[in-house]
Amino acid sequence: MHIPDGFINIPTAAGAAALALTGVGYSVKKAKGELDEKAAPLIGLVSVFVFAGQMINFPVAAGTSGHLLGGALAAVLVGPYAASLALTVVLAIQALLFADGGLTALGLNVFNMSIFGVWSGYAIFLLVRKTLRYSNSALLIGSAVGAFASVPLAATSFSIQYAIGGEGTFAPSTVFTAMFGTHLLIGIGEAIITTLTVGAVLKTRPDLVYGKNKRAKVTS
Amino acid sequence: MHDLPGHVKLLAFLAFMVIVVCTPITRWPTFVGYFLIIVLVLTLSKLPALTLAKRATIEFPFLIFAILMPFTAGGDEFEIGPLELSREGSIAGLNLITKATLGVACSMILAASTTSHSLLAGFVRIKTPSLFVQIAAFMIRYLNVINDQMTRMKVARESRGFVATGPRSWPIFTSTLGALFIRSYERGERVHLAMLSRGYSGALSSLATERVSRKHWIYGALFPLFALISFLLGMVLFS
Repeated sequence: MHIPDGFINIPTAAGAAALALTGVGYSVKKAKGELDEKAAPLIGLVSVFVFAGQMINFPVAAGTSGHLLGGALAAVLVGPYAASLALTVVLAIQALLFADGGLTALGLNVFNMSIFGVWSGYAIFLLVRKTLRYSNSALLIGSAVGAFASVPLAATSFSIQYAIGGEGTFAPSTVFTAMFGTHLLIGIGEAIITTLTVGAVLKTRPDLVYGKNKRAKVTS
Repeated sequence: MHDLPGHVKLLAFLAFMVIVVCTPITRWPTFVGYFLIIVLVLTLSKLPALTLAKRATIEFPFLIFAILMPFTAGGDEFEIGPLELSREGSIAGLNLITKATLGVACSMILAASTTSHSLLAGFVRIKTPSLFVQIAAFMIRYLNVINDQMTRMKVARESRGFVATGPRSWPIFTSTLGALFIRSYERGERVHLAMLSRGYSGALSSLATERVSRKHWIYGALFPLFALISFLLGMVLFS
């Protein structure tokens, strides 16, 4: 869900935009270090993948369907910095070319989904994987828990922004309960889809999964 | 309108929306002014209004929030027919609907009147990190390619007799997603090698920027300027 114009006031949006810019700037630096001049074409294609992946609708029940958000999935597959950049570009293009999410709310959306959502999901993934001692199933369980947590965490970040500068009559606690509750459910779907997709990539091209190769770098 | 450089338009629309979002909803004549400005820009741009209206349906999910507010806010209430509405809630709901609608209108005019090339050149002009611009360029360039690939995979899936039925069909979708990732990634590698062999050095020379004259800036500035006039008039006359 993308925040439209007029839902959060300008000072809060500007603050979030500053935080988002810092995060994106840091990601640019780190991604350049990791991928070198390969960064642009690879992250560009990952952006397309996330964008296209969000268009696949998974039937849930009785005519309803949901789609993947893709933050944690991208982080496990290509690393948190490349994933942040890919999602930021996706959000920017959605706001500028598809009117999805307000222009003045772009900073808020980028912070919630591409920075906070991706990094918290990835941190939890790393933690779970470490506790379970780096087996293949640890990779999958880590992806599941990370993907599951990233969605309600992004919703929490939105609730905090609403509490600071929301323009509406709902009490911040009501918004938090509603957002957190629905996003727990969405998180379950996200976890299943993310895990199955990581599993599918793992079967054919395990060398492409960043979250798997990361260990070699850490331990060597 | 169509001739303005991408970044001039982008900044003009952003300034316009910042002014709109800052306006308290109780000064309703100001918003009449904003809508008139949008209608004027839309007329000048000669874009098909009906097509744009259809695309505006993207706003709908958030309208639910706005519609719920009058029923849940409490406090001072008034009646319309059988409904009891909260005054405060109605104002907040109206606030969200009005500003979000103006925002969607802005983004759509921007998108419909700007080529993606001009938008990317605009990004370069406002000193966006070059890596970021390049990622956006690649994304726009390969969007249709990957989309077509996804359509082919869908056709293949369905010609094997696949019908989507609830969560039990998810493994099929996720194997599609997995394959899509691998194909996107490998395409990224191929594209990169092909570019290296043509002497790619990390900069997109094709984004040679358009010439921006002072006239462009003045035209662009008119748009938020009118909004500012509307804002100030509203403040003086209705406070």
